[in-house]
Amino acid sequence: MTALSNFITGLPILSVITFLPLVGALFLLFVRGEAEVVARQARFVALWTTLLTFVISLFIWIGFEPGTADFQFVERLDWLPQYRIGYHMGVDGISMLFVILSTFLMPICILASWEAIEKQVREYMISFLILETMMVGMFCALDMVLFYVFFEGVLIPMFLIIGVWGGGRRVYSAFKFFLYTLTGSVLLLVAMLAMYFQVGTTDIPSLMQADFSRDMQYWLWLGMFASFAVKVPMWPVHTWLPDAHVDAPTAGSVILAGVLLKMGGYGFLRFSLPMLPEASEYFAPLVYTLSIIAIIYTSLVALVQSDMKKLIAYSSVAHMGYVTVGVFAANQQAIEGAIFQMLSHGVVSGALFLCVGVVYDRLHTREIDRYGGLANNMPKYAFAFMVFMLASVGLPGTAGFVGEFLVLTGVFQVNTWVALFAASGVILGATYMLFLYRRVVYGELTKADVKEMLDLDRREIAIFAPIIVVVMWMGVYPLPFLDVMSESVQALVSNYQADLKASGATEVTRLGGQLLAFLR
Amino acid sequence: MSFELSSLMPALPEIFLAIAAMAFLMLGVFRKDDSTELLSWLGVAAMAVTGFLVLRGPDAAVTFSNLFIVNGFTSFAKILVLMGAGLTMLMINSWAKQAKTARFELPILVLFATLGMMMMISANDLISVYLGLELQSLSLYVLAAYHRDSIKSTEAGVKYFVLGALASGLLLYGSSLVYGFAGTTTFAGLAEAMRGGEPHIGVIVGIVFVIAGLAFKVSAVPFHMWTPDVYEGAPTPITAFFSVGPKIAALCLFLRVLVGPFEPMIEQWQQVIILISILSMLWGSFAAIVQKNIKRLMAYSSIGHVGYALVGLVVGNEEGARGLLFYLLIYLFMNIGTFAVILSMRVNGRYVEEISDLSGLAKTRPGMAMALGALMFSMAGIPPLAGFLGKFYIFVAAVNAGFVPLAIIGVLASVVGAFYYIRIVKVIYFDEPAAAFDKPDMVNGAIMALCSILMLVYFVAPSPLVNGAEAAARALFLG
Repeated sequence: MTALSNFITGLPILSVITFLPLVGALFLLFVRGEAEVVARQARFVALWTTLLTFVISLFIWIGFEPGTADFQFVERLDWLPQYRIGYHMGVDGISMLFVILSTFLMPICILASWEAIEKQVREYMISFLILETMMVGMFCALDMVLFYVFFEGVLIPMFLIIGVWGGGRRVYSAFKFFLYTLTGSVLLLVAMLAMYFQVGTTDIPSLMQADFSRDMQYWLWLGMFASFAVKVPMWPVHTWLPDAHVDAPTAGSVILAGVLLKMGGYGFLRFSLPMLPEASEYFAPLVYTLSIIAIIYTSLVALVQSDMKKLIAYSSVAHMGYVTVGVFAANQQAIEGAIFQMLSHGVVSGALFLCVGVVYDRLHTREIDRYGGLANNMPKYAFAFMVFMLASVGLPGTAGFVGEFLVLTGVFQVNTWVALFAASGVILGATYMLFLYRRVVYGELTKADVKEMLDLDRREIAIFAPIIVVVMWMGVYPLPFLDVMSESVQALVSNYQADLKASGATEVTRLGGQLLAFLR
Repeated sequence: MSFELSSLMPALPEIFLAIAAMAFLMLGVFRKDDSTELLSWLGVAAMAVTGFLVLRGPDAAVTFSNLFIVNGFTSFAKILVLMGAGLTMLMINSWAKQAKTARFELPILVLFATLGMMMMISANDLISVYLGLELQSLSLYVLAAYHRDSIKSTEAGVKYFVLGALASGLLLYGSSLVYGFAGTTTFAGLAEAMRGGEPHIGVIVGIVFVIAGLAFKVSAVPFHMWTPDVYEGAPTPITAFFSVGPKIAALCLFLRVLVGPFEPMIEQWQQVIILISILSMLWGSFAAIVQKNIKRLMAYSSIGHVGYALVGLVVGNEEGARGLLFYLLIYLFMNIGTFAVILSMRVNGRYVEEISDLSGLAKTRPGMAMALGALMFSMAGIPPLAGFLGKFYIFVAAVNAGFVPLAIIGVLASVVGAFYYIRIVKVIYFDEPAAAFDKPDMVNGAIMALCSILMLVYFVAPSPLVNGAEAAARALFLG
């Protein structure tokens, strides 16, 4: 075992897991034969590729040294030497778990699409494999330009996935998704170019050491915020998300909620906070305000949804609100909580979308009112749905609790009012989720077509079982996850505080401070 | 003054191309049977030989009493032009055979136009600028009207001719003003005259006229009106030729004129170029949204691309020149590839050019759809496709030189542009299939495969081509 793990960690492992899916996709391009055969082979090739990628990615976790905040498994190659832009990969405690999250969700997505996708299966699988390459590459990239390439590259497969295999207003949603994200991202690009001009390198670790003047930080921060806030998404630029979720195929929604939203939070942690500490502190009240609006407002919106997917989509916006609050509270608990919340939300909301997918495959509707009483004829389904519903609510013992609790503890130390409002979102969250569950699963089994629905089959159990295990594990014994990230988070927080102290930030220079001074 | 034949060696590629074109003309006229096929292939061969001669030429030299210059920059630009012309020539040949409109003048006109472009690039004097430009333009006017039985094509030719002549007039007028106030037409002499203190207002007016003339040739807003009509009216492969060769040559000429003799007046011309660059980027993006004809769409797309390339010109330093050249290189392949697809839009042997004809291409011709999809995402500048790197170098140069607002306008315009490029992706991937296209012929198939694969894999090793552009940019600023 150790010999094997030594061998695997001796490889350029990050490049392997980044580009292995791409190899699978290339392979699929050359599959020939009857449409039926091609579809079958495409499914199996995609499944085995993603499973293999997942297994290899686990060796990153095994070989990961938690006692240091440095980047590990670092790879470096020249790419554009005349601009000192390199192919630089590496993971630290913050990004490592996101890599695992992406590789973990991918085989599940392939399995979830096994029967639901009937047309152009090969192209579908190619899109997902390319998507995986982009996602994993993004979390591993340690060069700003490389990061941007992966970050934006995600748009192409996702655009096609929503537009080709989606339902409803798929074209509208695909365009909305694409243009919203692209608009934010190009501003990020300009900010990156400006930073590059200032420092002369696009190397992320070097940029973390760099100092930017206060005025410049504000502009750079806003440029980045434009991109990450759309990705997270934060209120009021969240409107693409419900549309994209509703019209995407199930697996597309899973990846969207599970990984793509995390790119925004990850961006804040990797760029805004360490590189632009003063601006981050200055704008923190803005982020708090938007996040609290997101938490409360979108929870209320979720309450009145009649479409299951839309409800879960709005709940995603609310849950990501905790993440942004936690990130900008910028202390150890809050940031660890934010990362944990992202991981648990990635798994849980992905699973909730899968739950919707299961009933959608059977009845081809997502209207909540069309269901009811599923507990009678689909007990296994009811159980799985309950676990994820409770995790989403944040019941202790499930994954959702740990993240929310840590965030709220951390935020409470910074600002009690923010903590209070954010905590109220927990109650609202419980309301809309329990309400959803009651309407779908409980009640009388009256509708004829609902009566005929079959319980989970073997494939679906294979999809849900690992997620349930992970959700419970994260809730009962979160230490392995927190251990991995603690050193990196600590380094991030202490650098952040040291930078602020060095720059002599006072109460008055903060946006909130200015507001208070004005009121006095 | 003794005359040495060897002193003409720097112009050997041009001399060769001129003699070849004239010899082919004779061949066409005096051969009894139809020699179009033969001449077409001879034309491609002549371009290949010319390209070889350019590569083997001297590193830096002047000839024809300083009227003609050769250096790393001109060689790079000429290779670009020859690649564009050579590839489009192949497309023209296959089209002419298919459409049964082949006449032997066609390859010869393309050769002469290419010769004009090479002269433009190598011009080292306002007189030779004009000569090269006219040789190119006159050939292009005829090419635009090549379908002389078609009203659209004739109209395109006439429109192009009238407006083109006006632009040439503006350029000539500007040159004469510059000459009148500076006392010379050579680039070196002008640079010297400009450096000597505050320039005379007459020179500034002259430069503005020169810029207007050149802006017309690159079809930058507000001198772009002819572009959509000519693109639409001209036969498709000729449009492909218009969209690469003349654009590249004129932009290189633009660069040489402005950062060469007029370099000391950068503050004066920079504001003009900023304006036309912004207008081109915006108008190219917005006006393309409502287009239904793919050739018109490509016309607006090329206007937008010229806007981005002009950002590199605005910067006006080595980095900007490198960005511009690199952008042109990527643009060349994107455009040729796209036109190879457009040329393959045939239903039962009949050419179609509405965007809606592409509906559901992914189901009827998946390979072609994938190629066009890659090209469109590349045009939109989405990484990791090559088009992103093109824009990236331009904007790096702009931000480094402090043109941050210009860069912001540029990237936002590119979002608008992305809308109409991905609209094509939408049509080919999301919509229900329309009538299936005929199988693309070998030439077009090969060209679109080559270009789209280049777009897809280029980011793996971008360095060599960037190094080429960099060396060319350095040569430009050496002298």
